[in-house]
Amino acid sequence: MLLLNMPQWDQDLNEEKPYCDIGITREYLVQGAYRDDNGKPVVLECVREAERRIAGNANMEYLPMGGSIKMIEETVKLAYGEDSHLIKDKRIAAVQALSGTGACRLFADFQKRFSPDSQIYIPVPTWANHHNIWRDAQVPQRTYHYYHPESRGLDFAALMDDIKNASKGSFFLLHACAHNPTGVDPSEEQWKEISYQFKVKGHFAFFDMAYQGFASGDPERDAKSIRIFLEDGHLIGCAQSYAKNMGLYGQRVGCLSVVCEDEKQAVAVKSQLQQLARPMYSNPPVHGALIVSTILGDPDLKKLWLKEVKDMADRIIGMRTALRENLEKLGSPLSWEHVTKQIGMFCYSGMTPEQVDRLTSEFHIYLTRNGRISMAGVTTGNVGYLANAIHEITKSG
Amino acid sequence: MHPQLSSHPAHGSATDRRLNSMLRHIDPSIASSSLSSMDSQISASPTSGFHGDSVFAHVAQAPEDSILGVTVAYNKDPSPIKLNLGVGAYRTEEGKPVVLNVVRKAEQLLVNDRSRVKEYLPIVGLADFNKLSAKLIFGADSPAIQENRVTTVQCLSGTGSLRVGAEFLGRHYHERTIYIPQPTWGNHPKIFNLGGLSVKYYRYYDPATRGLHFQGLLEDLGSAPTGAIVLLHACAHNPTGVDPTLEQWAQIRQLMRSKGLLPFFDSAYQGFASGSLDADAQSVRMFVADGGECLVAQSYAKNMGLYGERVGALSIVCKNADVASRVESQLKLVIRPMFSNPPIHGASIVATILKDMNMYDEWTVELKAMADRIISMRHKLFEALRAKDTPGDWSHIIKQIGMFTFTGLNSEQVAFMTKEYHIYMTSDGRISMAGLSSKTVPHLADAIHAAVTRVR
Repeated sequence: MLLLNMPQWDQDLNEEKPYCDIGITREYLVQGAYRDDNGKPVVLECVREAERRIAGNANMEYLPMGGSIKMIEETVKLAYGEDSHLIKDKRIAAVQALSGTGACRLFADFQKRFSPDSQIYIPVPTWANHHNIWRDAQVPQRTYHYYHPESRGLDFAALMDDIKNASKGSFFLLHACAHNPTGVDPSEEQWKEISYQFKVKGHFAFFDMAYQGFASGDPERDAKSIRIFLEDGHLIGCAQSYAKNMGLYGQRVGCLSVVCEDEKQAVAVKSQLQQLARPMYSNPPVHGALIVSTILGDPDLKKLWLKEVKDMADRIIGMRTALRENLEKLGSPLSWEHVTKQIGMFCYSGMTPEQVDRLTSEFHIYLTRNGRISMAGVTTGNVGYLANAIHEITKSG
Repeated sequence: MHPQLSSHPAHGSATDRRLNSMLRHIDPSIASSSLSSMDSQISASPTSGFHGDSVFAHVAQAPEDSILGVTVAYNKDPSPIKLNLGVGAYRTEEGKPVVLNVVRKAEQLLVNDRSRVKEYLPIVGLADFNKLSAKLIFGADSPAIQENRVTTVQCLSGTGSLRVGAEFLGRHYHERTIYIPQPTWGNHPKIFNLGGLSVKYYRYYDPATRGLHFQGLLEDLGSAPTGAIVLLHACAHNPTGVDPTLEQWAQIRQLMRSKGLLPFFDSAYQGFASGSLDADAQSVRMFVADGGECLVAQSYAKNMGLYGERVGALSIVCKNADVASRVESQLKLVIRPMFSNPPIHGASIVATILKDMNMYDEWTVELKAMADRIISMRHKLFEALRAKDTPGDWSHIIKQIGMFTFTGLNSEQVAFMTKEYHIYMTSDGRISMAGLSSKTVPHLADAIHAAVTRVR
């Protein structure tokens, strides 16, 4: 599988950033981190304000093993809905985790310990680290069809077949929105069918939601897949991350939640998640959690955050439109519809590894060899150059 | 086939859900092929939805953490004269948690620097932090550092450093057994087990002397298989406060090297034990000086008061630079599927302080003040017990070092002290000296005196 031969993490490419000394700019469209229209990393204003309030005031005592209660409360509201009866009925076991990675890893370890005979079904393709996480947790993996290269969209028929053919009660990893790396998400109708088939087969749905708010600009809309499953009564698991949607990348803030039958079970499951966290890091870091709870707990700051998230999402959507329009204006013989159909930070361009290599060597544009473009790195300043380069490489078909 | 969805969110009570699943068990003629029609009957009702039994319904509640349980019980106690001596976190004379002034300063510098971003750190963490941490524990002039034989990776405090080290050894080291002292911090065995190592104990604490069982230690390490890993508390042994002398360390080092035993140091209290960063690092530096290999887990939780920020580092001292570089590449593969990259905030504070001469000096002063306050509490308690003529030899209180004292009280005596005097401590008789103040020492002395004279 091509994906597994990729460099372990695109960050590694990020670490050495050789800037050519004869003035040719290199366009890095690799990193999974947001950039503004000047190509600069961004710290949200709501985050700066939260930090100002925290500095000098908070002590740095240990959080409980399960993390910041306040932060968890606000976080599950985001995923499950402010008025979720699951929250009212205290049926959600939730712990603070080390961003999305940590949440997935805690769940994988929990799955290994309490469903030792289970496997995890992982979409093809997926974020490379998903494979590492479940492997290190010693949970056997299988894959399910997801991306359809010919249409650069969803291979829905094959996906449904895989769901039907999996043995009853299988565990599935689902990307809640803004699938990484393809940007291809099921439609609402498709999610409903997936949910129904999961009911029939009694499958367990584990959602990795790393881009809530970041995909469409609207956190409620981006949680639609989860809400569909919840309406159908599924007892899901969910990993949430604030790395992208709050720009808290390096703070490592996230949350793992598991929906349970009742409050008693939720207490039990949470206690067991804590037992897994204790010999890994004892208790999670306080600073990022404080930022999150400060922002989400203050109506004005929360409003500011929602606006800033929408701005980020809108900029990316704008760049998708611009890239596609540019390519079409250049008279490309290929269809670039997928550039605007796909959603989130990444675009699966459909370019081959050889084409990507040429893009790099001839135009100094850096992508991952699977043709994935980080739209976060595209700006009004470079989108024309990018379109031109892609057109040059692909115009002969 | 169109999914039959109820138009209302599934509000089914737990009873509804159980009835639904029971139904399937009661009538075995309901085959899976007719399940979908069964489901459409179920989902037609607006108050129930699909609720298979949870796949985690069998998960039992885990027991309360014994150390954290102490604080829970303390908080519940309405008595105005209660004392919490379970907590492993520093408290002032007023019983308040502390953020060091120099840490506040560093925080302000960071917050005011608008050029700072919060991007991902590299997998191995903040480079400055790693270099400075290595210098702190190994010494700035350490040949191992100069020869590039040390790889240092940022981890989540001491726990995280130990876990990453354990996972690395579990995958790449030929001996999968680690010897840990009896007793040790409660979390140690769990960390190593989950990292893929099996745990054996070596004698350490001698209840008869309330000191080091040196003979037992040498015997047990002497009979360990060649190449076995050995966990060593660099200073301020937790929970006993009993440390080997420098002469004893030299003997331990010689024995271990002669058997090719691999040292894994847990350094959670550097500077906090004696008040001197260099003195508290002597055991580690002794081992590194002989050119051999070792692992060191460092924590800034106590000595910089950064508890909740989870700042620590794992260093592996290797035979040569090439090995160190390959080891580092493998550490990254352990870290990536665990948390991808470490948290930036705490490490930035540490790096800011360690790289600035003035801030570093300020830190050493505040650190020494904390260590001194604890040492003075030891003396006060010892004096108070002597003044009361409490039966027994209490000199271990001033001989032991670091945050904790292993009083030697048994669990019945501890329970008595909790019930009659509202003293909260772990049942192994460990007290946190950090939780004491000059005002509360007399109360504790009363309690110990009563326990020793009235409870066997």
